[in-house]
Amino acid sequence: MVYELTLRSKLSIDSFGLSFIIGTTWDPVRGAFGALPLILGTLTTSAIALLISLPISLGAALAISEYMSKKLRQLFTLLVELLAAVPSVVYGLWGMHVLIPLLRDNVYPLLQATLGFIPLFSGPIYGGGVLTGSIILAIMITPIISSVARDLFSSVPSTIRETVIALGATKWETVKIVMSYARSGILGAALLGLGRAVGEAMAISMVIGNQFKVLPTSLFDAWYTMSAIIVNELLEAIYDLHVSALLNVGLLLLAMNLVIVMLARLIVWRSLKAVRGIMRG
Amino acid sequence: MRGIYNYYSVRKVKNRIMHFMMYLALVAALIPLFSIIFEVARRGIEAISLDFFTKPTPAVGEVVGGVANAIQGTLITIGLASLIGVPIGIISGIFLGEYGESRFSSIVRFFNEVLNGVPSIIIGIFCYATIVLAVGFSVIAAAFALAIIMIPIVARTTEEALKIIPASIREAALALGIPKWKTTLYVVLRGAKWSIVTSVLLAVARIAGESAPILVTMGFWKWWFMGLDKPVANLALNIFLFATSPFEHWVTLAWGSALILIVMILGMNVLVRMLMRRM
Repeated sequence: MVYELTLRSKLSIDSFGLSFIIGTTWDPVRGAFGALPLILGTLTTSAIALLISLPISLGAALAISEYMSKKLRQLFTLLVELLAAVPSVVYGLWGMHVLIPLLRDNVYPLLQATLGFIPLFSGPIYGGGVLTGSIILAIMITPIISSVARDLFSSVPSTIRETVIALGATKWETVKIVMSYARSGILGAALLGLGRAVGEAMAISMVIGNQFKVLPTSLFDAWYTMSAIIVNELLEAIYDLHVSALLNVGLLLLAMNLVIVMLARLIVWRSLKAVRGIMRG
Repeated sequence: MRGIYNYYSVRKVKNRIMHFMMYLALVAALIPLFSIIFEVARRGIEAISLDFFTKPTPAVGEVVGGVANAIQGTLITIGLASLIGVPIGIISGIFLGEYGESRFSSIVRFFNEVLNGVPSIIIGIFCYATIVLAVGFSVIAAAFALAIIMIPIVARTTEEALKIIPASIREAALALGIPKWKTTLYVVLRGAKWSIVTSVLLAVARIAGESAPILVTMGFWKWWFMGLDKPVANLALNIFLFATSPFEHWVTLAWGSALILIVMILGMNVLVRMLMRRM
């Protein structure tokens, strides 16, 4: 896959070289392509998504694995898994017609009124934009992070919990100890979520506004991501250089995703092994 | 004495707060699911009518027409993808489960996991680069892209299903002098039959909602099926195109299509979990 994509994006690699990564113009009419804003857009939205999603998904995972009876646990595990099964394009549809009006009319004005003195929260509100995109991504990666975290937590041996409780710890203190055993695994779970967020295409292209610019003026401003530009332009790309530039963007995206996901997998595997190994000494 | 007592109550309060926060997080995580199901059901039902299931995509501005051709196209695409992806997935699952305790198999397993994490849009543009540039936008290119998405899912679940079959059954077959490949095919695989069926169901549920790889390999198509080297219409892709269009009737059709997809996909997922619990 890597070879084929490199081959097809050779035209763009040859004509732009490194300047493709650091270039800041994207003009199919004049044949100038630079992907830096796309890379920034992808990384920023994914990072904000992770920031929103991490506390929520860890909390949900803990609630399911530590606080619930077996029956309830099965039910809520199923619900969280269903959240992962909803197709990306349906998230997009919902994002466009339910989430955007809600945020635009109720949430964002409030946010601007209270936090407007920070430049990030100033500027015109369109509804779709960086923050909306991040929120959609956060919703989509929550089930992944929380199911990995749940696996980690439930593989912590119960003798550890019993020991801590026997010393007189409260439930929350016990949970803190359980979390500390799964610490590196949580990092892996977060990376796994980040990998998914980076590659997400349909939903984000429907809510982020799709405007090519180096930096947006605020969190409410429209932006663009690597996957969204592929979705939007690949069908309309007519001449070879444009196609190959888009495939080049895809190659960069694949490289980013592979690094993140491989790292995540290794960390999760190792820490699952480590957690299970505690008991065997 | 009093200090210790106070400290204890601080700990108790903290405990209460964190307990509450966790349930809050769980609720926050699930709100989108309920909202999506509610909205899709509410707005989707408005779109459902006889026309919806019997007429093809309407022209711009027309108020009649449905998604019949997209339903046909989706079934064709999924069927074709399964035809390619399922056998390959099962075979590599068998390889990993029955013949794989070497260094090579753990590498295969790792790459399987990684392939599972590769974004579907990347798989789409990979098929674009290899197939579309040679054949043109077509069902076959889209089916290949979906098949690549299916393979790691089927392979992993097949492997797990085979692991559950107890070793004594294999040993019994081997002790009767049956060669290894026959044991695998007729004894082990038969025992794992239902688990493999559920894994295929899961994979089909996953690809039914994929639209990014279809957009870049098949493109938009308003007509009926016309041959394997031509595109067909697709439900998931229609949702994207209808949702972003300014025409009200198209948006309604998008919600209707979303309802069909959600019922199909969530239904399959629930069915799979129920089957798994039975086993």
